[in-house]
Amino acid sequence: MKLLVPVKRVIDYNVKPRVKADNSGVETAGVKMSMNPFDEIAVEEAVRLKEKGVATEIVVVSVGAAQAADTLRTAMAMGADRAILVQAEEAPEPLAVAKILRALVEREQPRLVLMGKQAIDDDMNATGQMLAGLLGWGQGTFASKIEAGGDALSVTREVDGGLETISLVLPAIVTVDLRLNEPRYASLPNIMKARKKPLETIAAAGLGVDVAPRLQTLRVVEPPERKAGIRVGSVAELVNKLRDEARVI
Amino acid sequence: MTVLVLLDHADGAVSQASRSAVAAAGRLGEVHGLVAGDGVAAVAEAAARIQGLSRVLVADAEAFAHSLPEPLAALLQSLSGAYDHVLAPATATGKNVLPRLAALLDVQPVSEVVAIEGPDTFVRPIYAGSALATVRSGDAKKLLTIRAAAFDPAPAEGGTATVEAATLPADLPAPARFVSAELSRSERPDLSSARVVVSGGRGMGSGENFSLLAPIADSLGAAIGASRAAVDAGYVPNDYQVGQTGKIVAPELYLAVGISGAIQHLAGMKDSKIIVAVNKDAEAPIFAVADYGLVGDLFTVLPELQAELNKTA
Amino acid sequence: MSGTAREAMEFDVVVVGGGPSGLAAAIRLKQLAPEASVCLLEKGGEIGAHILSGAVIETRALDELIPDWKEKGAPLRTPATEDRMLFLWKKRSVSLPTPPQMHNTGNYIVSLGEVCRWLAAQAEELGVEIYPGFAAAELLEEDGRVVGVATGDMGIGRNGEPGPNHAPGMELRASYTLFAEGCRGSLAKQLMQRFGLREGVDPQTYGLGIKELWEIPKERHRPGLIQHTMGWPLDKHTYGGSWLYHFGDNLVSYGFVVGLDYRNTWLSPFDEMQRLKNHPAVRRHLEGGKRLSYGARALSEGGLQSVPRLSFPGGLLIGDTAGFLNVPKIKGTHTAMKSGMLAAEAVAEALEKGRPAEPRSFTRRVRRSWLWDELRRARNVRPAFARYGQLGGFIYSAVDTVLLRGRAPWTLHHPHTDHAVLEPADAAAPIAYPKPDGKLTFDKLSSVFLSNTNHEEDQPVHLRLRDPGRWRTVNWDRFRSPESRYCPAGVYEVPDPDAPELRINAQNCVHCKTCDIKDPTENIDWSAPEGGGGPNYPVGM
Repeated sequence: MKLLVPVKRVIDYNVKPRVKADNSGVETAGVKMSMNPFDEIAVEEAVRLKEKGVATEIVVVSVGAAQAADTLRTAMAMGADRAILVQAEEAPEPLAVAKILRALVEREQPRLVLMGKQAIDDDMNATGQMLAGLLGWGQGTFASKIEAGGDALSVTREVDGGLETISLVLPAIVTVDLRLNEPRYASLPNIMKARKKPLETIAAAGLGVDVAPRLQTLRVVEPPERKAGIRVGSVAELVNKLRDEARVI
Repeated sequence: MTVLVLLDHADGAVSQASRSAVAAAGRLGEVHGLVAGDGVAAVAEAAARIQGLSRVLVADAEAFAHSLPEPLAALLQSLSGAYDHVLAPATATGKNVLPRLAALLDVQPVSEVVAIEGPDTFVRPIYAGSALATVRSGDAKKLLTIRAAAFDPAPAEGGTATVEAATLPADLPAPARFVSAELSRSERPDLSSARVVVSGGRGMGSGENFSLLAPIADSLGAAIGASRAAVDAGYVPNDYQVGQTGKIVAPELYLAVGISGAIQHLAGMKDSKIIVAVNKDAEAPIFAVADYGLVGDLFTVLPELQAELNKTA
Repeated sequence: MSGTAREAMEFDVVVVGGGPSGLAAAIRLKQLAPEASVCLLEKGGEIGAHILSGAVIETRALDELIPDWKEKGAPLRTPATEDRMLFLWKKRSVSLPTPPQMHNTGNYIVSLGEVCRWLAAQAEELGVEIYPGFAAAELLEEDGRVVGVATGDMGIGRNGEPGPNHAPGMELRASYTLFAEGCRGSLAKQLMQRFGLREGVDPQTYGLGIKELWEIPKERHRPGLIQHTMGWPLDKHTYGGSWLYHFGDNLVSYGFVVGLDYRNTWLSPFDEMQRLKNHPAVRRHLEGGKRLSYGARALSEGGLQSVPRLSFPGGLLIGDTAGFLNVPKIKGTHTAMKSGMLAAEAVAEALEKGRPAEPRSFTRRVRRSWLWDELRRARNVRPAFARYGQLGGFIYSAVDTVLLRGRAPWTLHHPHTDHAVLEPADAAAPIAYPKPDGKLTFDKLSSVFLSNTNHEEDQPVHLRLRDPGRWRTVNWDRFRSPESRYCPAGVYEVPDPDAPELRINAQNCVHCKTCDIKDPTENIDWSAPEGGGGPNYPVGM
């Protein structure tokens, strides 16, 4: 079966984001960018499904600036077969991305869309669910285990306080969580080979999707710094405070 | 304005996170709650007693048995016409269903809201809490998930909402089937999602001494974490590490024992609701972020703490 | 760690390191020999991630390499407008005449990391294949000739065993390999030994530069202002001083260099740098601002006398790996770039003329260029400071450079290696450094935090003691662990002085290489960790 794996280019997870002095957002210019770590896990899972013979072709797609091509090359170095870059000026919101992905799903006809559960920049945790809603497909979010069998997919999900397993009819959307796998390195030979894999660029406008934002960012600030609280003199006092004042035990 | 809140529930009780969402919804208008499930009459009765709710809608059908998002989103879509806002707690269920509903309604949802500044203006953390964004929604309907820790839960008792059956949509999609659930009750909770985290640092002195934390973690239902110094010293394995290069946690209670509080560690736990520090060095930077600090030798404090907790229990 | 079944790829030229010299070499090569295949490796996660410099740069080399750099949008946006040279006492300062070589008219204050990112884009446009995130970890040699490098394995566990995501390194084979690793390159060190490249030249002498990037209130920002200080807080025998440049959008680059031939084992370059910020001459610039980033890097200060043989069978040393920094100018970017360009010219000729083993013409080209002339004139300044102290060195330099115009008939030498001059702990006066205030001055760990440094945790420690037993008898017993002070990243630590044991927090390492240089018995060996590890300096650094 064919897999579609959307990937996003975000500020590298090792880089501390810095709020711009004018509070209009977070500084992204000249900051190291990488593939969203959750998307890396999705790519890895797709490659493993291909290695097992379950998947036949992996198409990666990214919506964003021209530099997202680097992210797609990385995905291809990990084992994806080809890539589609949907070029868009400003980073579209999850709803717009979901609509773009719906258009690509209609074109590519994948049986499964595998994607990260959220991007570590906007932390929205929405695009997968929204794509599933738009397509009317079943969704298995926060997956920590995926087993394919025939026309159904068994997905173990990380839920509050434990795990839940569901069976999804294909086609379906699966969003992946941290514990699903440990992604492989894009090795240097594979990065070199990925330069020769096909990468198609299309304009977001060409898909006939309205990408106008629905949310207006009024300001972005650093969270208030934590202040020192009080010193307690004894364990008994501490436990009393935690129980009666903070009410956390 | 009327607000609909999806009430998450487990074991016959409405979740605390849902009551936080009710509290948040109270800032927006009159609040209705939705209880969906299979055989949830008792849950609905309990929900009616939550303060701040004027009405509880009940969708009692097998299709809603396991909060699968596909039928639940369809239900919410059919009910949403009467509401300006639809809220859900930012729980596994809320985060699963609300964006799906948003797509059905052609709305851009706002996730993990930590403050409500107006009917269309909300504050939410981005970049794992490194920044707070204030956004204004231009959608006609506003769909939000609410971060529980940011709102004190509405009291579970004292409310007098009416309970009525929700009209169910004729067609409920079922592309997914529930197979099984495996809830880790007896085991220690997972570090990244635990309500309470007890962490040890280099001050623990050895890997064996970490066993002093275990009974305390047990009585608090806590996960055990560690600072990088403790991991580097070989006291505990890598996956215990809380901090910049380890896990980022934001529990309700974070107990830092023998941790000096290097910024790399603080980066991983500073969003905790309550931070307690136990350290023999009164100058340790951890005290600068701790809500409650106790200067003392952890080897005397820990047994005392355990005894005190046992008393409480 | 030559893994099994490594893949190999052939290039005409492989460049090790994506700094100014490596990038200039790659660009020049493609200009001269467009058909040549050129591959450039960079151990940082991206080009610029490991680049740390002041930096005020002279455009001479850039003008020659890319004459239309302005039209092409090179990020040289803040022209130097004002030079200040101060000599400091603890509370006072006096302006010194700016030495002629330190006049910056026509120069630009830049983020060198940003310049390198731009150069990399130019190189890629010309067809250079650039691979950041991969460290050249091993020399490949056949029949006495270097035939390329191999990247390190990825996914080797802390215990040295391959983990589940192990990816073997790759051999990058080339007719010629250019080593542009910057100061104290780990492969260059091996090459110098293997081919005896340092025979007959002075030992290299080094400095450690520590830098902070600040954003200050707009009303106090004076773009183009350049200030240097000498004197306090260093004693008169210790070479060093600070820089402070106003550039970009309300940015200030503040940094401090200490000559690594300092003698007092109690000296902590990091704390010197911090306490200097309390001096009014520095404080007034930074107060009310916000520190954005932090980093550190060693630099070569030996100059002409310390330049090793530059060619060997199969390759060349370029940039600060060879030691082309002009100390009195405190600039090395233009010389590094020039050396890269000359290397490219030598290699292009060699590629055309039958690919002889050693592209010897490089040395001749260097000696005939302005680069050599510049270094020759500057050659006596740094050793004079070592001999005559801070003020004496300053006066000597004035005589040498102003009166004699660098044509003194003598050459002062560097008699010692930096590590050999450290005095034992009981012979040196301890230094009491003030506590950081968290606003203007900071501790090491919160500083390293701002360098965005990370290393994959599960990998072998890349800093090794050749003889672990020697740490106790030498480093601790005689010098009281100087590494825990000179390391600007808190890598080395003695948690309990009552039961002294060295802890190596390799994960904090910002790849400055100071430990490899200054360990009293050169017992610490810095090797390249897994590619992509180390600092992630943002644009602005």
